[in-house]
Amino acid sequence: MQTVLDVQALSVRTRKGEDILNGVSFQLKKGEVFALVGESGSGKSMTALALMRLLPEALCVQGGRVLLGQEDLLQLPEAQMQQVRGRRIAMIFQEPMSALNPVMRVGEQIAEVLRLHLGLRGKQLVKRVAALLKEVEIPDPEKRMHWYPHQFSGGQKQRVMIAMALACEPEILIADEPTTALDVSIQAQILRLLKTLQQKHAMSVLFITHDMGVVAEIADRVGVMYQGELVETAPVKHFLTTPQHPYTQRLLHNALPVRVEKPQPEKRALLAVENLKVWFPVKKKLFRRTVEHTRAVDGVDFKIYPAETLALVGESGSGKSTLGMALLRLLPVTAGSIIYDQTDLAKLNEKQMRAYRKDIQVIFQDPYAALNPRMTVGESIREGMVTLKVGPQEKQAQLARVAQLLEKVGLKAEHMHRYPHEFSGGQRQRIGIARALAVEPKLIVCDEITSALDVSVRAQILDLLNQLQSEAGVSYLFITHDLSILPRIAHRVAVMERGRIVEQGAVQQVLTAPEHAYTQKLLRAAPQLVTDALQHLYAN
Amino acid sequence: MSLVILWTDALIWLLAGMLVLWGHVAVQDRMNRQRWQQVFASPIALVSALVLLAYVAVALLDSIHFRLESGQLRSVLDMLFIHLLENTERTYSAPFATHEYVKSVIEQNGQVVQTYLPLVHVQPEQLWPDIFKGLALGGVLTALLWLLVKGVSHFFANSIFALADKKLLWRTIWLILTVFSLLWALSQHFHVFGTDKVGNDVLYQALKSIRTGVLIGTLTTLLMLPFAIALGVMAGYFKGKVDDVIQYLYTTLNAIPGVLLIAAAVLVMQGMLETHPEWFGTLEERADLRLLFLTLILGLTSWTGLCRLLRAETLKLSQLEYVTAARALGAGHGRILFRHITPNLMHLVLIAIVLDFSALVLAEAVLSYVGVGVDPTMNSWGNMINAARLEMAREPMVWWSLAAAFVFMSTLVLAANLLSDRIQQVFNPRNG
Repeated sequence: MQTVLDVQALSVRTRKGEDILNGVSFQLKKGEVFALVGESGSGKSMTALALMRLLPEALCVQGGRVLLGQEDLLQLPEAQMQQVRGRRIAMIFQEPMSALNPVMRVGEQIAEVLRLHLGLRGKQLVKRVAALLKEVEIPDPEKRMHWYPHQFSGGQKQRVMIAMALACEPEILIADEPTTALDVSIQAQILRLLKTLQQKHAMSVLFITHDMGVVAEIADRVGVMYQGELVETAPVKHFLTTPQHPYTQRLLHNALPVRVEKPQPEKRALLAVENLKVWFPVKKKLFRRTVEHTRAVDGVDFKIYPAETLALVGESGSGKSTLGMALLRLLPVTAGSIIYDQTDLAKLNEKQMRAYRKDIQVIFQDPYAALNPRMTVGESIREGMVTLKVGPQEKQAQLARVAQLLEKVGLKAEHMHRYPHEFSGGQRQRIGIARALAVEPKLIVCDEITSALDVSVRAQILDLLNQLQSEAGVSYLFITHDLSILPRIAHRVAVMERGRIVEQGAVQQVLTAPEHAYTQKLLRAAPQLVTDALQHLYAN
Repeated sequence: MSLVILWTDALIWLLAGMLVLWGHVAVQDRMNRQRWQQVFASPIALVSALVLLAYVAVALLDSIHFRLESGQLRSVLDMLFIHLLENTERTYSAPFATHEYVKSVIEQNGQVVQTYLPLVHVQPEQLWPDIFKGLALGGVLTALLWLLVKGVSHFFANSIFALADKKLLWRTIWLILTVFSLLWALSQHFHVFGTDKVGNDVLYQALKSIRTGVLIGTLTTLLMLPFAIALGVMAGYFKGKVDDVIQYLYTTLNAIPGVLLIAAAVLVMQGMLETHPEWFGTLEERADLRLLFLTLILGLTSWTGLCRLLRAETLKLSQLEYVTAARALGAGHGRILFRHITPNLMHLVLIAIVLDFSALVLAEAVLSYVGVGVDPTMNSWGNMINAARLEMAREPMVWWSLAAAFVFMSTLVLAANLLSDRIQQVFNPRNG
């Protein structure tokens, strides 16, 4: 097969001299999908940016060659490079929200590329735009090309981005985590679309992702990046079955579902939620009258037992986070009851609720936003002990307890004097766990706490949660959209769709014999790699 | 001789004390200390800060007043430059001139002649001795300061100047002290910036104006800050009705042209002061109260910008997960506002203070020029520029009043702007 793009010993450094990429070499063949995988900070996005000569200002290419045909892209003058970008190499990004100009109609944005590179004008241009939108399966393209980006859903925006990238029929498409921000079912559709388009146009695709499931779906060959180096390159089949490099083996192991045998919880419910409703008023027209309600959570029943993990799965917008916040009474409850310790939490006012705050705690998704940047880690953890009067009340004793907690979650006692920005995402998530544990809760609501983390860190955090559960008997309401981690963390699963729980049951039962159509759809949409592994887990 | 404390004296010293205390507390915190060290790692910021410090020092010296036996009110700065107060000439004279700027008609040997009269208090033969005196004094003062700092062990080790270029620091200090010493020494036998229409020394006026400028720049901000922070944070955090009321307040205030509002308030106050002369013991007290009132009015009209900014930022911050986490941990509104929201707004406040400072110094000049600024008897750059309006129209032109006001004012404003740039760069979280 003909080589389209030949990257030879590409090195990138910061201006201060730290290595970002260290001699990365690979070839992109005609009509193949080459996936670059690796964890955050491994340099996979930087490789793509370096190819396009779009590196941030603080970085510079130190050496190497990038041959597109006979031309070395790194030697081209900027004016000629602009001819290459969009025309011969196109790129799509992770966040379609920020990659599209919000004040320009999408048709106009696609037309811009065509005008610039192909010089199309007038009727021809409109026809081509419509054809492109049709190709990426946007219904009613003649009408929708006049829409603004905000009128499209996330998946559709990504389709528009793909249409833009395809506009000039490039030889190479660089896709930088194009499905990471999307739900599983949308992700599956986008991947299918990319694959068909790639085969139809015989394009070469450089696909950057951290998700092994996606790799198995789409890639022909895989390159594994680790700390700025390409440690292994292999055809996808070999990569999945017989990985050579120890890092690849670990990466693959962490990405696949693991089953953890969990002790059976007690039979007396810790928390019982009955017919819980959280509706948000939609205010419109004159005097902002309430015209209707958005039914974020619409009549939900479930129970959580002591030392049990109930996983709440569903796509974005299904109301699972809203439900979590309502349990904590951080959002107003419209109707229904939350029975805890023979008290209905839903009926309590803010002041009465304070007595129960220490029993129900929360950990958040975004480890960067969950800690006050102006407070030391120690102060953050100590806050709950002070406000809720848990544990010793003398400062010295509290600090000793903070030190204990930090060690319990796998950090060091001396970390308490540091600020959040000095820690990595995984470490911050551990600090978040320590903060929740500080008030000795019975139940912790974990709101997508692993979705911002790399697979290896994710595995560590899940193990930590399991260990804390067996030690302290704490229960979790584990909100997630990722089916592959269920066997590792959960006892039971509740599947949520549009504000309702459509199916509830033990993990094995729900994953192997889903009853509700929506659950079946979710499982079908999950990458083949994950579903196969799940079947395999429960086969014996 | 007895100490007299004017209202503005008390306030500026209080402010200086608070600043020192705040600085002491802020530097205890490691993150803040590192940030400030980074600010002063930049040579421009270091020099600007030292220049600002020199201005503030002059303003503080000028804010210790006492009444002499003769009944005159004098400040420490007055006593340092007492020769300038006493060495008045008859009329205009150019900088370093030996004779008056305009010809006078005199009788000489029975004849009436037009001639340039020699200045009374100028001794040209003292030029070199004065320069040597000035240089020597500058050197001695720097050396004394250096020894003093040497005495404090580890002064630089962990202070905000830890990353600063020490050589540059001492050079700048030496330069500033030498410039002041030279001005002081030369002014003994010369009029360095000339004299004005009635023969008063212009250098003295420009030096006295420093206090007015610094006072307006700092006191106004001090008066405005509590309004801006409290209202902005409350509007952004409580939302709903509270937000509506506060928004209504500041949009209404913003809709009135600023100069008009200030002019109206000043004119009302002027009328009041004139009908009640018995309220004040002396002219100085009256001028002082007028200055205080002006800062009050400026403060009341200038909080809206910062308030709006803080409201928007609070709206954003209150949605962040750490605020939700604090609520889940049972933190009350007060705790969330003071511990979680306000500290994360401080970079905005700091940037606003430094930026507003220069804007307010300039505003004083504009207002005095229009005639609604500080008391006409008070020395201020605005009043100097206002007077220079007529002098510029003279033939030959009298340029030195304007030049002196310009040099002193623009140095201050430039230093404040350069420092604020650097502070903004370091403290703005978006700049990483």
